Amino acid sequence: MSDVKKFLYLNRRAPYGTIYAWESLEVVLIGAAFDQEVSLMFVDDGVFQLVKGSDTSELDMKNFMPTYRTLGDYGVRHLYVDKASLEARGLTQDDLIEVAWEDWETEEEVDNIVEIVDSGQAIGVFEESDVVFSF
Amino acid sequence: MADLYTVNKSPFEKNSLEDVIRFSGEGASILFIEDGVYGAMAGTAVSDLVANATGRKFYVLGPDLKARGIAEDRLIDGVELVDYAGFVDLVVENDKVQAWL
Repeated sequence: MSDVKKFLYLNRRAPYGTIYAWESLEVVLIGAAFDQEVSLMFVDDGVFQLVKGSDTSELDMKNFMPTYRTLGDYGVRHLYVDKASLEARGLTQDDLIEVAWEDWETEEEVDNIVEIVDSGQAIGVFEESDVVFSF
Repeated sequence: MADLYTVNKSPFEKNSLEDVIRFSGEGASILFIEDGVYGAMAGTAVSDLVANATGRKFYVLGPDLKARGIAEDRLIDGVELVDYAGFVDLVVENDKVQAWL
């Protein structure tokens, strides 16, 4: 397929309390499977989706945190996190999971594709995306 | 005796927590559950809501906190951690339950 589009998934909801985060993840995986260029943007309570140490054993709910860690293997290239949203919630990059990425053909590797961006950088990401899905 | 208030929405998304503090009486117990547990975190833009509220007791449901990766040491001082049995105790101890959604 020659017509590769840039897909951006905008996540603005906290995990578990509503179904949005989980639904977004499912659609992300579908998009990635069709060899499109997929990136994720976490804004507002969406930044809580990447907080590490999640343990849902007492909740009777699936812990989908391990799925975020595999996104790099599905070809997701960028996980952008809004700096202001993170700061308003008393969080830093140290509180977030790390997601590694590797290009199987060129063997290019990136240890962590979770990247904190300011609003100026985020505007650039939105502008260069062909499609934005909002969750 | 007083009432138990549950808050299940993130304080960054809705003003439920602010309203509960405003409309709850002296001696009220306020329990954070589901996405409401983010209201119990110290060092956030809304922590002062709870830190400055006097005459009320705050509780947070442990399993919901754990699911969201928020460690106990990140709670605002004075917020008490409860498990499901502790939730039931609060329901029994108070006159009635008000769920602010």
